Amino acid sequence: MTISDHDLSRRGFLGRTAALGFAATASGLLLPEGAARADEPKRGGHLKLGLNGGATTDSLDTATYSGAVLFVIGRTWGDTLIETHPTTGEALPSLAESWTSTPQADVWTFKLRKGVKFHDGTEMTIADAVQTLKRHTDDKTKSGALGMLRSIKTVEDQGGDLVVTLTEGNADLPLILSDYHLIVQPNGGFDKPDAAIGTGPYKLTSYQAGVRATFEKNADDWRDDRGFVDSVELIVMNDTTARIAALSSGQVHFINAVEPKTVRLLERAPIVNVLRTSGKGFYCFLAFCDTAPFDNNDLRLALKYAVDRQAILDRILGGFGTLGNDYPINANYALAPEDIEQRAYDPEKAAEHYKKSGHSGSILLRTSEAAFPGAVDAAVLFQESAKAAGIAIEVKREPDDGYWTNVWNVQPFVASYWGGRPTQDLRYTTSFVSTAEWNDTRFKREDFDALIVTARSELDQDKRKALYRDAALMVRDEGGIILPVFNDYLNASTKSVMGFVDDIGNDTSNGYVASRVWLAG
Amino acid sequence: MAAGAEGGLAPEPAAAHRGRPLLALVLRRLALSFGLLIAVSLMIFGGVEALPGDFATTYLGQSATPEAVANIRADLGLDRPWTTRYVSWLAGAAQGDFGVSWASRNSVGEQIANRLGNSLFLAFFAALISVPLALLLGMVAVQFRDRWPDKLIGFVSLAAISLPEFFIGYLLILFFAVNHPIAAFPATVYAGMGLAEKLAAIALPVATLVLVVLAHMMRMTRAAILNVMSSPYIETAELKGLGAWRIIVRHAAPNAVAPVVNVVALNLAYLVVGVVVVEVVFVYPGMGQYMVDAVKVRDMPVVQACGLIFAAFYIFLNMAADIIAILANPRLRHPR
Repeated sequence: MTISDHDLSRRGFLGRTAALGFAATASGLLLPEGAARADEPKRGGHLKLGLNGGATTDSLDTATYSGAVLFVIGRTWGDTLIETHPTTGEALPSLAESWTSTPQADVWTFKLRKGVKFHDGTEMTIADAVQTLKRHTDDKTKSGALGMLRSIKTVEDQGGDLVVTLTEGNADLPLILSDYHLIVQPNGGFDKPDAAIGTGPYKLTSYQAGVRATFEKNADDWRDDRGFVDSVELIVMNDTTARIAALSSGQVHFINAVEPKTVRLLERAPIVNVLRTSGKGFYCFLAFCDTAPFDNNDLRLALKYAVDRQAILDRILGGFGTLGNDYPINANYALAPEDIEQRAYDPEKAAEHYKKSGHSGSILLRTSEAAFPGAVDAAVLFQESAKAAGIAIEVKREPDDGYWTNVWNVQPFVASYWGGRPTQDLRYTTSFVSTAEWNDTRFKREDFDALIVTARSELDQDKRKALYRDAALMVRDEGGIILPVFNDYLNASTKSVMGFVDDIGNDTSNGYVASRVWLAG
Repeated sequence: MAAGAEGGLAPEPAAAHRGRPLLALVLRRLALSFGLLIAVSLMIFGGVEALPGDFATTYLGQSATPEAVANIRADLGLDRPWTTRYVSWLAGAAQGDFGVSWASRNSVGEQIANRLGNSLFLAFFAALISVPLALLLGMVAVQFRDRWPDKLIGFVSLAAISLPEFFIGYLLILFFAVNHPIAAFPATVYAGMGLAEKLAAIALPVATLVLVVLAHMMRMTRAAILNVMSSPYIETAELKGLGAWRIIVRHAAPNAVAPVVNVVALNLAYLVVGVVVVEVVFVYPGMGQYMVDAVKVRDMPVVQACGLIFAAFYIFLNMAADIIAILANPRLRHPR
């Protein structure tokens, strides 16, 4: 498998089409539906973002990045080796120009882009890339990316190329390297992990954790199809009302985390555009497959039929999402299964399975607002719809504090959420294979594990797709996850913001919002 | 606080201090507050320990891997017993070293200096407006007792105190930032901002805080002065033919200082330590938000330092209130 810069780079693509006089068409192609399309990106201006998800405890060390604010900050000053395509999700060259792998997909060779400079003026070298991957995988790491990088055996500089050897084949390694923690830093960030020196479109000029960050344009940027505004200011606004007030009064250009219930009101504001992006994240209820009464598949099926998905979509998400089908993959994943029948609310079938399970008495469902926004209401909706099937669910609200430590992945039946993962393989290996630390449904099936391993190193796309279909069916019909909805990402901007790219990769245009948009007029 | 004021009134067994009761009071209070601060730090430490989850697990959240948790714990010495950790923290704090934040790896002292500066800046201007205004309105209310100015002042201030502070904040934002954009929003202040710019930025939060604290102080001023106004010596003053306003300001107010000053102290303390909701609504980088963020991830050095500063503020302001009360009323200096 070889993908070279020449074939796929967005930059090369734009460059060549621009040469033919089709620049506008090309950028149109890359800006999917719903994006504010404008013709020629306009340069200049000061972009202000008001973002939820920052705290005074945030650190600029890329290994510790979590939350929307650091996600966007990192994407603004740094680059990863690989990027993903906003609509198809496939790997695109970034700091790595091209790559090849062995047929077993267990040794990968990446060619690095030459002549790229860090913000401090030094040139990015192969050693920096090697050290970056090492810092996120060594024994002492606290990196949030470690979970995905566990199969990396060695990272070496071989004759000027970056060579990654894995303990087992993985056809998705390039996609994993697009993770936002893996920003290439001078000497991998071993010296100054929180210096925020990178190769990205903007240089960080000031940073006050949980308050504000400012950026100026990196004049030496190696790409010319991004970074349109001159300077960026990011203000941390954790209060929903403050964000909306700041946007509708034009004090900021862009806000994230718009609550579904406020969308209708926000749309009425004359200067505001609501930006809705379909994503890969979902809201779910998780039952332990190895703990009574959930160790009975009929009971699990009863619960799956007893949840009114449409009601949760309409009332919890305000319609801003899509129905889930009890497996964690939707159409935004590459090679997603297409023809699996949608499971619907069916009290009769639920009652039938419930009777077969022989269970009696109430079932305790633990929930909290920490699980996902509206999780308490969703649990009550579940309780109501299950009542019609004769299933008694008792809803217990747990404190938000410590929910991820004491309730999720500890108690047998809880509300939860998951964000997207770059690939189906990562989705399943994160929390569905037997050995996953986060196997939050205690779904332990050797045949399922084997299926995932086979699919991982399968380079034939059709065969791989068929394998993933089998995996999805297995989780759907026998797993412990009840997955009513996939949630959309909801952001909003003023109408002067152009070029927002709906990126299926993650929220806020996969974090690239600051370098992808420009300001009109 | 009322209890504090009574402390100053308590019978004095040692006659040695009789000569300088004020100095004795201050010294005794200082010694007491030192012990109080240690007790507070112990309670905060115990409280954070009792919360579910430690720093490593809460900081990493849902994405915690066992390796990362173990690495963080080993790094910070979280595997040691809590008594050892408390003592080593106390040893550092006693030497003025509050350590570094576990989460951001920055010096706690430095960050607090910045945040505390912001909080004091906001509190100072809120106090500068609200305290004189409250006292003045209180006296005006007494002057026009039970007539329309008194009722109007009472109604407006009670209405303001009855609304939750975040709601007042939202109303002000709606009117003055969104509908009629005349005030700055958000109120984020940062290094490199000019004073005029900063003052413009904090206009709305200051207005909110003034509305929140005004009623409490105003009502206490009114009640305390009215209480004094029924004393015989006021009647004498009236019979002497003094004007009503002069009686209130010169004769009644000094005797009403003790309760009023205590309420003022409480409200000032609130302005420094209790305004986290206002900070969030106006996106203002003060101490409250800093501490709440730190509690969320169990960032102990930050929580401890913030807690101690808040406690010290309460102790200091209460002490100051007692001293002012004694100075204003010589009778309190010679307890029987």
